Amino acid sequence: MKLKTALLGAACAFAFAPAAFAERGADGHVNVLYWQAPSTLNPYLSSGTKDVETSSLVLEGLAGFNEKGEVIARLAESVPTVENGGVAADLTSITWKLQPGLLWSDGTPVTSADAKFTWEYCTHPEGGCAQAARYEGVTAVETPDELTIVVKFAAPKPNPYMAFVGGTSPLLQAAQFANCLGAAASTCTDQNFMPIGTGPFVVKEFKTNDTVSLEANPNYRDPAKPAFATMTVKGGGDAEAAARAVMETGEFDYAWNTQINPELQAAMAGGGKGVFLNGFGTLVERIEMNMTDPSADLAEGERSTTKHPHPILSDIKVRTALSMAIDRQVLVDVGYGAAGRPTCNLVPAPEMFADTTNTGCLTQDIEGAKALLEEAGWVAGADGIREKDGKKLHLLYQTSTNPVRQDFQALVKGWWEEIGVSVELKNIDASVFFGGDAGSPDTFQKFYADVEMYANNFDGTDPEPYLAQYMCDKIPGPENQWQGENINRFCDPAYDALVKEMSATADLAKRSELAKTMNGMLTRDTMTVVPLVDRGRLSAASVTLGGVVLNTWDTELWNAQDWFRVK
Amino acid sequence: MTDTAALDKPESQLAAVWRQFRQHKGAVFGLCVLGLLVAFVLLGPYLWQAEELKVSEALKVKNKPPSLRFPLGTDQLGRDMLDRMMSAGQVSLAVGFVAMLIAIFFGTFIGVMAGYFKRLDGPLMRLTDMFLALPLIPLLLVMVMLFRDRLAKVVGPEMGAFLLIVFAIGATSWMHAARIVRGEVLALKEREYVLAARSIGAPPRRIILRHILPNVVSPVMVAATLGIAEAIITESVLSFLGLGFPPDFPTWGRLLHDGLSYMQLYPERVIWPGLAISLTVLSVNYIGDGLRDALDPKARGR
Amino acid sequence: MLTYTLRRLLLAIPTLLLISLVIFLLVDLAPGSPASEIPLTVPPEVREKILEALGVNEPLHVRYLLWLKQFFWIEPLNGIDALFGTGFAEGMQRIISYQTRSPVFPLIAERLPQTLTVIGTAYLVGVMIALPIGIYSAYRQYSLFDQFGTMFAMIGFSVPTFFTGTVFIIVFGVWLGWFPTKYDTTLEVTDWASFLRQLRQMAMPVMVLGLANAAAISRYMRSSMLENMKQDYVRTARAKGMSERTVVLKHVLRNSLIPVVTIIALGIPSIFGGAIITENLFGVNGIGAALIGAIRGNDLPMVQTLAFIFAILIVSFNLIADVLYGLLDPRIRYD
Repeated sequence: MKLKTALLGAACAFAFAPAAFAERGADGHVNVLYWQAPSTLNPYLSSGTKDVETSSLVLEGLAGFNEKGEVIARLAESVPTVENGGVAADLTSITWKLQPGLLWSDGTPVTSADAKFTWEYCTHPEGGCAQAARYEGVTAVETPDELTIVVKFAAPKPNPYMAFVGGTSPLLQAAQFANCLGAAASTCTDQNFMPIGTGPFVVKEFKTNDTVSLEANPNYRDPAKPAFATMTVKGGGDAEAAARAVMETGEFDYAWNTQINPELQAAMAGGGKGVFLNGFGTLVERIEMNMTDPSADLAEGERSTTKHPHPILSDIKVRTALSMAIDRQVLVDVGYGAAGRPTCNLVPAPEMFADTTNTGCLTQDIEGAKALLEEAGWVAGADGIREKDGKKLHLLYQTSTNPVRQDFQALVKGWWEEIGVSVELKNIDASVFFGGDAGSPDTFQKFYADVEMYANNFDGTDPEPYLAQYMCDKIPGPENQWQGENINRFCDPAYDALVKEMSATADLAKRSELAKTMNGMLTRDTMTVVPLVDRGRLSAASVTLGGVVLNTWDTELWNAQDWFRVK
Repeated sequence: MTDTAALDKPESQLAAVWRQFRQHKGAVFGLCVLGLLVAFVLLGPYLWQAEELKVSEALKVKNKPPSLRFPLGTDQLGRDMLDRMMSAGQVSLAVGFVAMLIAIFFGTFIGVMAGYFKRLDGPLMRLTDMFLALPLIPLLLVMVMLFRDRLAKVVGPEMGAFLLIVFAIGATSWMHAARIVRGEVLALKEREYVLAARSIGAPPRRIILRHILPNVVSPVMVAATLGIAEAIITESVLSFLGLGFPPDFPTWGRLLHDGLSYMQLYPERVIWPGLAISLTVLSVNYIGDGLRDALDPKARGR
Repeated sequence: MLTYTLRRLLLAIPTLLLISLVIFLLVDLAPGSPASEIPLTVPPEVREKILEALGVNEPLHVRYLLWLKQFFWIEPLNGIDALFGTGFAEGMQRIISYQTRSPVFPLIAERLPQTLTVIGTAYLVGVMIALPIGIYSAYRQYSLFDQFGTMFAMIGFSVPTFFTGTVFIIVFGVWLGWFPTKYDTTLEVTDWASFLRQLRQMAMPVMVLGLANAAAISRYMRSSMLENMKQDYVRTARAKGMSERTVVLKHVLRNSLIPVVTIIALGIPSIFGGAIITENLFGVNGIGAALIGAIRGNDLPMVQTLAFIFAILIVSFNLIADVLYGLLDPRIRYD
């Protein structure tokens, strides 16, 4: 017993040793590679991951998320909850307390006025704030004293950790951005490229879409951190080149998003210069079924609209058969390796909302799929392709251009052909597919195809807005310039009722139950959305870099202050 | 003996060119290699049929090195590389040659017109400048958006994609040839023999066809050789961007591109398509060399 | 000649205006919108607001005229301000990039040095290799040297830079460890050591591009030399007892340069245009990488401005090539 305690103590001492003895800047320089380099360091002007993550080295929120998805305090003293009185019992306000004595990197004090300013900055009608969703429903930000921030909501907010929480809504310094409100945002180049923050690093030089040079923040709240005196964040190349620079040449200490094929992953990991880190969030690669008819024979403005139901896919038996024919484990092995796992859920995480019983789709069943199609009246024709009433079972399957997606298309096409479905493939440049240009026929919203594949996720830990995308009034169509989020054109009044119920429910257990029901309705029960792979993040870290913890709920650089050089 | 034969039946120009061409070793070699490549992609599929494998069976044989069962190995999804190389070659060779011909035709036509007729020089060269200045990718995106669906409706998606790609590559790569040909023609038209032809009242059409065109053959041949390589590579970029053929339609350029990330582990994945493209270009180059010599009356005399 | 040059210069103005209009329309017509850069997690209402703040929704002619004014009036004024510390352009709206929400010209200026250094060197290296190879190959047609030269050129031309670049990275970066695989744009050459570092990091991109350039130029050089070697004047020159050196390097070379000059002149604007794939692969992040990044993100002002700058360069270098034709071959007359 005693020995065990002693060992544990020793282990703890060892684990904390670098932190305990560290001194700010003692470990020299660290090289980070973001192959898509940041365009700006103001996350309110760009919502790209690359921009948000890099800026999180400099700018911080009141709180953030740890690698388990739990809210942790950053600039705040503690996380307000209903239990500790920080969140009002009726969920209409949240009160944050700043840590006393906090300084911006220029040496001026951080006050509640900065938070109020940040809210005003992002909600200015002409600013086009990229993170406006984080401040949705906030009616006022009050500052009773220098350290207290009260955020008021228009209606009860079951998830109050939106504004000022996480890398996507950090605090800006009011003094620096005072002249940058609204349309003036783009005249503030210096401010946007070199924001003054409270984070562990300060921007020394910013080269757009290329290199960010940073140095340790002299006023960082923990005097022993960060261990690195300087940092470079470099951009350029692709995921493969990035992985190579860490795992094979050792030029870089950390590389973001090194999604490469599993065989190369294994070969590179064998080199011993670095390790791949993976973590799972909410990103799900899925096949979406079009519930409406995309036929080119229909008039423009009627294609893929609710006026015409899909002639083949309206039948749930066909949709189920298509899902049954897919072997998800094979997809993972071919495409993602350690960075993926098969899933049947649209909401695969956080644990509380993920339906662990929904696993029916994980086993492939070609014979079962064939039987289902027979049952639905689709019988094999002379050429092996099934037909019904003289109509061939032919599907157009589109996705964006990306080597993994093209491999998936080839595999899925193979399986579907085995069950007698003829498949035509199409790939579209990502900037067009996701561009949402109402003039282009090739956007994923227009969905001029029978099925399409892409990945989507939700921000933070609350799936409510994500599930609300499948309401009837969010169907894209010519009347809303194809801007809806209900890509499948799924419409069920019972589902809409559940969404309404969830928005009025504060009880977490009940919310979880509702989310699971809705998740089941979209996937298992109707096969409208066919989830394939739960995609994690895969990044590479050098073995000489210590303290790295991959976090999928906040930015990957969330704990850069704890990084150190392994000696 | 030969003298009398030549007198009896004067050799036709075409036969003379062929006779000269045959003497060029490199050209004959190039012609043979190209012939073999064409036979490989056209007749090969009749001689070699890939096994029809189910997805699950194919995955068991993925990334195999060359063997008797798979002469060129298999790719990451267990597809037979020999089969893919053959069908890819059909597309790549067709695209390469047709796009090159379009580009060379437009380039030579515009170059000769601009160089010979002073009045056309300004407008045509400004047009060339404009095409050179246009950003390629947006141009292609616009072309694809405007014409793909319309073409697909008339001739089917695959033929539509072929026509679109060939035309897109041709329409965006004639400018170099045009500039070069024009430069040559500007110099040629002041030569004595052209002046002489003009002074005896030969019409421009005749002067261009008989005196100018044969003399610009050599830069045009180079442009053509380089054009084929460029067309094959450009096609792969287009398909990669999703502007070209459907994703299950292999081409040499695409096989090369896809093989790139497996290069370290399975080098043969890039060697086959790389070799095929290089051989095509090399053989066309030698044929071009031979043709140029054969078409040159002075060289023929020697 | 002078009047011809002046006339061409004057003609360049309407030409460029027309090109600018075509570029603007083309880039605008292309499918895709800056919204593709916004993650799917951002709700449509917010998306709309972002696009509105960028000014995407203004009518086309308004945006075009504004852009013209900005390009020809406000940006030059800003240039004057930056040079002389004056304040002419104060309060005027500059061309703003969608991606960075900052003026376009400083971004271009930031990227020009590395593009000029790397791509310029590669071009120079390419030309320096190509001309001797082309000349000697032609002089000794079908010799062993010529065969090797042909082989080298054809392989250089038929394998794309994305391929050679990756091979070089694996061989020289990973296996041999000679050169860094990523170009450090913040490196300043101040002493011998930093100069060596600069040379090492330039080595791979310069090799890749130099090879591709040399391949094409050497073919044109060779074919043009061959053409001229057979001309009567060469025989005459030889008959007059001139040394081989004078015949080849003075008479034949000079007359063979016309197509080569065209190709080199056409290539120079592309130095400023950078090399999209190579720059991206090695992290040189010059103009080429900026252009492809802007096209992918549908950063219309950036694409339009860059494309138009290329247009100006192309028009000017073609003019220079035309003037050079006249100098190389006095028989060419434009008047």
